[in-house]
Amino acid sequence: MAYSEKVIDHYQNPKNVGTLDKNSKNVGTGLVGAPECGDVMRLQIEVDDATGMITDAKFKTFGCGSAIASSSLATEWLKGKSIDEALTVDNMDFVEELNLPPVKIHCSVLAEDAIKSAINDYRVKNGMDSIKFEESVVH
Amino acid sequence: MLKLPIYLDNNSTTPMDPRVLEAMTPYFLEHYGNAASRNHPFGWQAEEAVDYAREQIAKLIGADPKEIIFTSGATEGDNLGIKGVYEMYASKGNHIITATTEHKAVLDTCKHIEKTGGEVTYLQVKPDGLIDLKELEAAIRPTTILIAIMYANNEIGTVQPIREISAIAKKHGVLLFTDAVQAVGKVPVDVNKDGIDLMAFTAHKMYGPKGVGALYVRRKNPRVKVTAQMDGGGHERGMRSGTLNVPGIVGFGKACELCMQDMEADTKRISKLRDKLETELMKLEEAYINGSTEHRLPHVTNISFKHVEGEGLLMGFNKNIALSSGSACTSASLEPSYVLKALGLGDDLAHSSLRFGLGRFTDEEQIDYTVKAISETVIKLRDMSPLWEMYKEGIDLSKIEWAAH
Repeated sequence: MAYSEKVIDHYQNPKNVGTLDKNSKNVGTGLVGAPECGDVMRLQIEVDDATGMITDAKFKTFGCGSAIASSSLATEWLKGKSIDEALTVDNMDFVEELNLPPVKIHCSVLAEDAIKSAINDYRVKNGMDSIKFEESVVH
Repeated sequence: MLKLPIYLDNNSTTPMDPRVLEAMTPYFLEHYGNAASRNHPFGWQAEEAVDYAREQIAKLIGADPKEIIFTSGATEGDNLGIKGVYEMYASKGNHIITATTEHKAVLDTCKHIEKTGGEVTYLQVKPDGLIDLKELEAAIRPTTILIAIMYANNEIGTVQPIREISAIAKKHGVLLFTDAVQAVGKVPVDVNKDGIDLMAFTAHKMYGPKGVGALYVRRKNPRVKVTAQMDGGGHERGMRSGTLNVPGIVGFGKACELCMQDMEADTKRISKLRDKLETELMKLEEAYINGSTEHRLPHVTNISFKHVEGEGLLMGFNKNIALSSGSACTSASLEPSYVLKALGLGDDLAHSSLRFGLGRFTDEEQIDYTVKAISETVIKLRDMSPLWEMYKEGIDLSKIEWAAH
């Protein structure tokens, strides 16, 4: 299976691997996927209360190269975005940027789910309603 | 000097031994006759070469040369052996017993038979990959005509107790077919001592060429017959029509001769390397060997590295080391290895497995390089794995409600 150069680059030099304090009020954590499915992504964002801007993002992922690359890319995209901007990120953005083949589209869906889940976690922690998303139908 | 990439996927196919190629070459360029041409020297030479190869092959498995039916490979051998018996012995019954860890060429053949009205029992295996002999015997019915159990498994290398299986088959008057692709040439296989009635094997897993294999069909005690699956000129005593692949057969014969000659020395050397690889990799935390370590091929090991995903792991070194994984992501189906799942492994461990197949041309330097590359990648990916972090924090991963996606 041939990976795109961008996937290989993210795999070899992943950006923002790590852990933020999940108990902090400013941190939203999204944990999506399942070990049985062969991929689990944990995406964390740190949000500046005053501005609503994402000041930091970290990930840890169990999965194939495409899953690792998708999460690494997600953290890069999220940093410096507002929460509202972050919500507009679509799984197809990952597919295009990383040239993911059809069999790897679920990795991009997982990354989008991780972003939404992290944002919702942050919202709930800060007394806001969690946003209902249409279920992504993959797998 | 270490030459990259390193080939450790010998269960998938082996490189050809240069001595095999040497034996084959004249049969492409000079002796290109059709072995069925009876009226000129080209045909005679080809026939003579085929007869000689038949002897070399028969000798390796303790058979009579007349019991060797040439095929295009083991998939055809599996189809011909199983469907051929099913059709030939239809008046005796329609029930076949096999196991869930068989190769797809056996399982899909059995599924095809079920569609045409046959009945098939798929035996579960024990956690070490071996079938339960009591369950096998209990599964035999008056209508049972065939037991199809592989000699050794392609993913985990587990060697089935073939002599005990054949004793049970004999006791109940049932034929025994075995897919011995991974075993022939690697461990001593003797159709008479082992009590095998039909056996499929192939040249390209034993340093011979691709595209040629054989089906052993017993001629005495009992005399076994199979219904041909292809119509044509009635070659191979009417069981398999089609012009013989003479150069391929010559190479197959040579490969068998070499395996017979080198088996003891090869096994000793390769199993030592396998053991070193295994011992070194098992020094990593949370590493598990899949399948029996007692009843196993000398050149195979299959190891799961928990909390790292197999394809992601392969990507760390697959430019330099050729290996395969039981992970779903390496296949089109997205399902992890059914063989590993049959052992009772959770999907998570099945996703985390690597299969190592060493071979005649594997050396110690390659093993040392592999140990280092894999260990480093496992550690790197665990640093990146949320599951590893949770495991280290003492969180029970089985208690988490994972969001299915």
